[in-house]
Amino acid sequence: MRERRRRRVAYFLVLPGVLFLVVFFLVPMLTMLSTSFQEGTFETGFEFTGHWQNYTEAFAANDTQIYRSLIYGLIVTGATLVISFPLAYWIAFRGGRRKNLYLLLLLLPFFTPFLIRTLAWKQILADNGILLGTLKNAGLLSDDLQILATSSAVLGGLIYNFLPFMALPLYVALERLDRNLLDAASDLYSTRRQAFLKVTLPLALPGVLAGSLLTFIPSVGDFINSELLGSTNTTMIGQVIQFEFQNSFDFPTGSALSFVLMSAILLGVFLYARALGTEELTG
Amino acid sequence: MAVAQKDFKPEKRPLSTERETRGHGPWLGLYTAVVMAYLFLPIVVIILFGFNDPAGRFNFVFNRFTLENYRTLLENEELTLALKNSLIVASFSTVVSVFFGTLIALALTRFRFRGRSSLNLFLFVPMATPEIVLGVSLLALFVTLGFGRGLTTILIAHIMFSISYVVVTVKARTSGLDMNLEDAAQDLGATPLSSFWTVTWPLIWPGVLAAGLLIFVLSLDDYVITSFNAGSTAMFPLWIYGASRIGVPPAVNIMGTLIFLLGVVYVVATLLRERRQVS
Repeated sequence: MRERRRRRVAYFLVLPGVLFLVVFFLVPMLTMLSTSFQEGTFETGFEFTGHWQNYTEAFAANDTQIYRSLIYGLIVTGATLVISFPLAYWIAFRGGRRKNLYLLLLLLPFFTPFLIRTLAWKQILADNGILLGTLKNAGLLSDDLQILATSSAVLGGLIYNFLPFMALPLYVALERLDRNLLDAASDLYSTRRQAFLKVTLPLALPGVLAGSLLTFIPSVGDFINSELLGSTNTTMIGQVIQFEFQNSFDFPTGSALSFVLMSAILLGVFLYARALGTEELTG
Repeated sequence: MAVAQKDFKPEKRPLSTERETRGHGPWLGLYTAVVMAYLFLPIVVIILFGFNDPAGRFNFVFNRFTLENYRTLLENEELTLALKNSLIVASFSTVVSVFFGTLIALALTRFRFRGRSSLNLFLFVPMATPEIVLGVSLLALFVTLGFGRGLTTILIAHIMFSISYVVVTVKARTSGLDMNLEDAAQDLGATPLSSFWTVTWPLIWPGVLAAGLLIFVLSLDDYVITSFNAGSTAMFPLWIYGASRIGVPPAVNIMGTLIFLLGVVYVVATLLRERRQVS
């Protein structure tokens, strides 16, 4: 009796939020799925014709940008992992009583808005700005060296902006690690190196996976960094989608591209969920 | 590894805490300091160029120190309007999404019910969806329904992308709690509602507050989803973006500086509270 009442309470509690997400997340997704099979123009209206060629055409016309986004995503994930693993390790193991202070310091720069942070990189990397200008005046760099509007600038911005998404899950995994296991390894005569490779690294793996997912997803779909720091040679899939919706008003093509992006990412999520369980997904 | 140890002597091993705080030399610590410096580099630039009096249209070369930009900041009507709208949206979306999300988080930790794991997955999908897809799908819906874009649509968009983050943040707090406490209170005659307010709420409110702060910041910061659903409404991130097209005026840097200072206040407050709890 009590059980049944409690179950009803649970459904009552989740109802408002879930209903909101159904109407404003699930329904738009389904609307977009339907739009991706439609034909027509913005002025005369789109009509559902089951035109699956939207997908093949959109892919064929934008394959460069799609591959570029995936490659950028992989590079950003790899680079943030390499940069932030030692950092997270140091805070978790050497931070001592000041662990939380270091963690907050790591997060502090990211309180400033995403756009302003990215624009700061534009100010730093400007052709004659404080970094390049100073080095050029000192004769250390050739005068025509340019970083802005190249893929280095875009990757630099992406790596900077998404670093905390990698560092935090890594830190959480390392911090949770049972130190007794390291003692046990060392009691059983493992070297520090072996203990790291056989105990620390495998146990940090959930953090690595979570961090990779949290970094890869937004960086593949990002269009701000490429828009502000890049050029037409660094166009990413997000920019193409934005253009289709806001400039050429070709909703079907934009929708098809969105679903190509979504499916690639959801595939990764489901593989992750199968490996670690759905409970891990929302913490 | 040489295991053949004839005269085996059990060596004295340091305690784990000791062992973990030494070793590896200073390299790892030095590395951490360098990365921290890298993370703060843009902040230094943001602050510095807020005091610049740019020679030309672009605020990229430091020309002359001035306080003029600060003095004239609030005379910028585009900025103040955008800021006002963004603060309104952030406040409302925080209240609504924290309410929805906290209820879901409580249900997920407190009760076992059918559909629980599907719900976990359903809540994760919005977080796994690239922002641009969330933005354009809502836009497509509003266009299909012939729904004009403005503050309401922005608010809907912000609540939508915030709910899952609230659930995650509050759940991080509730999952460590002993939920039998509420049962105990009810066995002792408390009503479900009074046991919630007297037992559960005092334990979870820090998590709810953290979620609220996170959502408020995310809402103020969001450019991508907002840009698709704003119509012609002035919003703070849209103002930054527009300003960046005309050479990043110092006002952008000043806003960055001020928001960074709020972050500093938050960090200091957190650390002080922690210290008080310890002592």
